[in-house]
Amino acid sequence: MSATETTTLPDSPEDKGGPGQALLIVKDLRKYFPVRGGIFGRAQAMVQAVDGVSFSVEKGEALGIVGESGCGKSTTARLLIGLTEKDEGEIIFDGQGLGDALSLRDLRRGVQMVFQDSYASLNPRLTIEESIAFGARVQGLDDPVGRAHSLMSRVGLDPARFASRYPHEVSGGQRQRINIARALAMSPRLVILDEAVSALDKSVEAQVLNLLADLREEFGLTYIFISHDLNVVRYISDRILVMYLGEVVEVGPVDAIWSRQAHPYTRSLFSAMPSMDPDNRTKTPPLSGDPPNPIDPPKGCRFHTRCRFADSVCKTKAPRLMELPQTPGHLAACHLHDPASGHPKAGQEGLA
Amino acid sequence: MTDKLVDIRNLTVRFKGGRTVHAINDLSLSLDQGETLSLLGESGSGKSVTLKTLLGLLPPKRSEIEGDILVNGTDIRTLSGKALQRYRGGEVSMVFQDPGLALDPVYTVGNQIAEAVMRHKGLRKEEAMDIAFDMLQRVRIPSPERRLKNYPHELSGGMRQRVMIALALACRPRLLLADEPTTALDATVQIQILLLLRDLQREFGMGVIFVTHDIGVAVEVSERIAVMYAGRIVEEGTTHEIINDPRHPYTRGLLAANLHDVAKGERLNAIPGAPPALEAPPTGCSFAPRCPMAGPECTAGVPDFVHLGPRRRVACLRVEPVPAE
Repeated sequence: MSATETTTLPDSPEDKGGPGQALLIVKDLRKYFPVRGGIFGRAQAMVQAVDGVSFSVEKGEALGIVGESGCGKSTTARLLIGLTEKDEGEIIFDGQGLGDALSLRDLRRGVQMVFQDSYASLNPRLTIEESIAFGARVQGLDDPVGRAHSLMSRVGLDPARFASRYPHEVSGGQRQRINIARALAMSPRLVILDEAVSALDKSVEAQVLNLLADLREEFGLTYIFISHDLNVVRYISDRILVMYLGEVVEVGPVDAIWSRQAHPYTRSLFSAMPSMDPDNRTKTPPLSGDPPNPIDPPKGCRFHTRCRFADSVCKTKAPRLMELPQTPGHLAACHLHDPASGHPKAGQEGLA
Repeated sequence: MTDKLVDIRNLTVRFKGGRTVHAINDLSLSLDQGETLSLLGESGSGKSVTLKTLLGLLPPKRSEIEGDILVNGTDIRTLSGKALQRYRGGEVSMVFQDPGLALDPVYTVGNQIAEAVMRHKGLRKEEAMDIAFDMLQRVRIPSPERRLKNYPHELSGGMRQRVMIALALACRPRLLLADEPTTALDATVQIQILLLLRDLQREFGMGVIFVTHDIGVAVEVSERIAVMYAGRIVEEGTTHEIINDPRHPYTRGLLAANLHDVAKGERLNAIPGAPPALEAPPTGCSFAPRCPMAGPECTAGVPDFVHLGPRRRVACLRVEPVPAE
């Protein structure tokens, strides 16, 4: 492992799973949130935020997660880092299962997160230097302040000018750089970026994306990049995972999905991107209506209420995530791609 | 006097308080009848302030406004009392970013639309309700008769924004101001609302000023785009011209930052630095500190517009004017 050690952050946790093992494996992750009501505050219904999500992230890979609000992408991120307790399922980080061999504290040495709201995620009473050094100090790493300073210069903030400032004294782009530095201070191997650039202005967003790309290369980081902006996800990720109402509907290499969206929902999501060509504007919206409520998601395929290709089988039977025959590594959960599903148009190429 | 729907001349807006913010600096802008213009810019560029000024919504005690704002030939700064009420909602109305906040939670959507119609058109309740019903149909809300009796919290985000648009258009204004109306919506809902606005604009023949930070959104809805930076317009032209032939370095940077068709792993052509603080009035080009082409002359004075066509202008010293014929 000497070749990889040179490219990791100082004091990065040692690789335990071996080079062939995925850095993160998630199996059948499930989280339902109760909706309480009535005079006794009993659970009246369940929000099925994440329902049977499985995926893996290879070492050094960047996985993009896309989907609309309420699809469970942020809940998935919070489950991965233990901010929300999972109901069911397994989270295996570097060969060790969370809750078995791996404690939450150790998990957080290896996995860090950057949130959308750069201001709300910093303690307003701590200086920038203290914020960055805080985690490293808690984990007992050497020289937290020195670490903070070197990371600050790495993310483009001069420690001499910024170390003693407070979060309200810097701009949004600078605050997001601080959050990135703070995440890196723990020398993580996996960084989860939950809409980390969404609140930034376009011109600043490009700077932060460049920084993220550089850091990934320099320190051999693995990213899970959550965003609603497909262009941003395409730029940063190697693979894309598309979620709809708590389920994975499609996952595959970014180029494969970009050239051919297998699931009708993914296709709608792509056609919903505003056109950049004034001569070729969007003519009809790809979908009508809003996404259904995750409290009581549709039976069968959850997308069937909005799908153009929906057939009777889609209303009763939930499709499984299956690999497409033409493109290895590209999976979709749609009856159209399963000749055995009973969908009248199943297996017809060009349509799906 | 003028056949322009909107004619803003040398508008300057300053906010007074603990410190002064120079939000709008010498902005001139015009809009023809039935035209759709996007104001494109980042946060703090003054695009929302421009809209609020047009409706007279800025707090009078804390804001200093200079310049002329003519809407249909009337200087709206002279309006007050009844005349201002008639103007707001009757002649000009606005759609806001968050329909959840803009709608009144304790009235049904039918009542809210009808109230506006009764006030402006002097109609009876039943007639106003008919108009409300018609408006909900026009914004393509399914089962409108049922939705009339709904409260805002019973509607989804996209549906609320449709109601907001129905409310804004109920009195057939000649000018619609839209302040990032799709920013809070999901992608698949956003495109529905954009196309709806485009259709309604054509149907009603009204002028629209659409504020957005998203170039793609501006392309979808508007014929013309004005790019704003630090309280000024830096470039204006048709959507076609701005997208295919951007001249101002800031517009070029913005287009590059949109990541459309950027190959993976390619370095992004990011604009360095951050927008300026607006605490002092500009003495030079506000973009100069971030501009790759800036020279000492750029900070010496605020650059004048270079006119490249009848309604095509760029505020940059590096742009060569078209030789006079």
